[in-house]
Amino acid sequence: MKTAHPFTSEPGTVGEGLAQRGVSRRNFLKYCSTLASLLALPAGMAPVLAAAIATARRQSVIWLSFQECTGCTESITRSHSPTLENLIFDLISLDYHHTLQAASAEAAEQAREQAMHDNVGKYLLIVDGSIPLGNPGYSTIAGISNHAMLLDSARGAAVIVAVGTCATYGGIPKADPNPTGAVSVSDIVKDKPIINIPGCPPIPVVMTGVLAHFLTFGKIPELDGLGRPKVFYGETIHDRCYRRPFYDQGKFAQSFDDEAARRGWCLFKLGCKGPVTYNACATTKWNDGTSFPIQSGHGCIGCSEPNFWDAGGFYQALSMPITPVQGTLAAAAAAGAAAGVAVTWHNRSKKSAARAAHQKMTVDDLKREEQ
Amino acid sequence: MNSLDLLTFARGTALNAALAVCAFGILLRLFEIFGLGRKADLSPARPTTPGSGWRTMYARSIPPPGMVRRDPVTYIAGYVFHIGLFITILLFAPHIELIREVTSLGWPSLPSALVDALAVASIIALLVLLAHRFSNPVKRLLTTGGDYLAWVLTLLPLLTGYLAYHHLLFEYTFMLALHILSVELLLMLLPFTKLFHVVSVFISRWYNGDISGRKGVAS
Ligand code: SF4
Repeated sequence: MKTAHPFTSEPGTVGEGLAQRGVSRRNFLKYCSTLASLLALPAGMAPVLAAAIATARRQSVIWLSFQECTGCTESITRSHSPTLENLIFDLISLDYHHTLQAASAEAAEQAREQAMHDNVGKYLLIVDGSIPLGNPGYSTIAGISNHAMLLDSARGAAVIVAVGTCATYGGIPKADPNPTGAVSVSDIVKDKPIINIPGCPPIPVVMTGVLAHFLTFGKIPELDGLGRPKVFYGETIHDRCYRRPFYDQGKFAQSFDDEAARRGWCLFKLGCKGPVTYNACATTKWNDGTSFPIQSGHGCIGCSEPNFWDAGGFYQALSMPITPVQGTLAAAAAAGAAAGVAVTWHNRSKKSAARAAHQKMTVDDLKREEQ
Repeated sequence: MNSLDLLTFARGTALNAALAVCAFGILLRLFEIFGLGRKADLSPARPTTPGSGWRTMYARSIPPPGMVRRDPVTYIAGYVFHIGLFITILLFAPHIELIREVTSLGWPSLPSALVDALAVASIIALLVLLAHRFSNPVKRLLTTGGDYLAWVLTLLPLLTGYLAYHHLLFEYTFMLALHILSVELLLMLLPFTKLFHVVSVFISRWYNGDISGRKGVAS
């Protein structure tokens, strides 16, 4: 709902942009409260957040897409428009995004160079997709290899945000046998702060939340050992899963959509990777907070973890072997039996050799010794 | 290598290697033991006591009269440890899934919280038994390096499993990988340490009972 209370903000700021779009201060504050709770900040921080965001200058953002499926972009644009998250996203200055921008070819590249030039040292570089090192020709944009474009764009960036599992950890392109020699952003760029927002794709509100955090505080949020913001990736899906009590009671669904699954029993046996997956799906959920995979009856596939694609079948329980072991077991048992027979044969022949070599002593021998 | 990679390694390559060494070792030792052979016993059996071997398998599994009172620590902690470990291994849902995958055999599980309590009881029993080993002069003299090795190999899977289940010490993925790796270490050394009794205990009990029966010491 539009109200008559516009923002009184400087030109070129987020506040001005919001005012122009007719976003009410009330709605904006509501968004800031949500954001504060999302970022695990005290409730009192909401107005501070609001003030900071409203007066922040529109942040120049360059978004590079390399070996990717556009799922990350799809995800961030699907935040049920028009939501405030979406507006905040619109209100950054997205200076280059070759999927979303109207310009193409030379003009597009010029836009990127212009933005880099105008905001050197200040712009935010967002990357989705992995970078192929096998052959520069595997993935190019306007004739520039992904590797060269990343190095060029990273040079003047304030911060790099790698979104999606491909950009953060190599993702599906890196899956065995990694035909393109795909690597992640952090494998290449070593001298810039990098925020990793993994997920295939990442949760929209997590992407916008991290951007808002940077916009508000001007610094990167606290990260874990894998470069992920702790507020969103601090706990596993399993930690926050509503089916967890059933896991603890040992009550498991045996097949998809059976009576047990419908009653909310745990999906561990159906291959759920929730216990080893750090992400916020169980709390923020998807599609405007509607649901998340486990709620719809499918186990978590662990898409936000490094190398998840090679971490065993999606439908194998976490405690199951990744590769079949029966063949190994049979071969090893046969080899053990054969070795056992060989050892036995050796022992026995030693025994009979000893028996054969055994010299019996006669009374005469003893008498001879006495003499 | 990150935690998930380590877990993938533990569930894949390492598991295959550990099971191979374990199966090889068990078969090797069984063939070796059975292949040893015995000299033919030419003397007639004493008053024949058929089934002596089978009865001994049972009789040696329960404490002889008066012994629990004489050495309560060894007996009680010994039983608590063995029963706790048995249930933890065989009645915890994730473990059953592993067994089902490998053997196609499965059975119902116990509530995880109950298994957890029994695992804790097993860990405490192991600690008590170690302390008793140190404090009891006879036991201490009888103890060899192999006994301590077997103790460590048995404790590690229980401890790492407990820590993983409760998300303690390290993050869960890493702890779970450590847990699986510790079990694999146990599997690999099982055939070559006194832990081989997992396989041989009832065989040797039967043999002891049978041979004693032949000699007139019926059980
Ligand atoms: S469904 Fe998955 S995440 Fe939820 S409790 Fe079961 S194993 Fe954990």
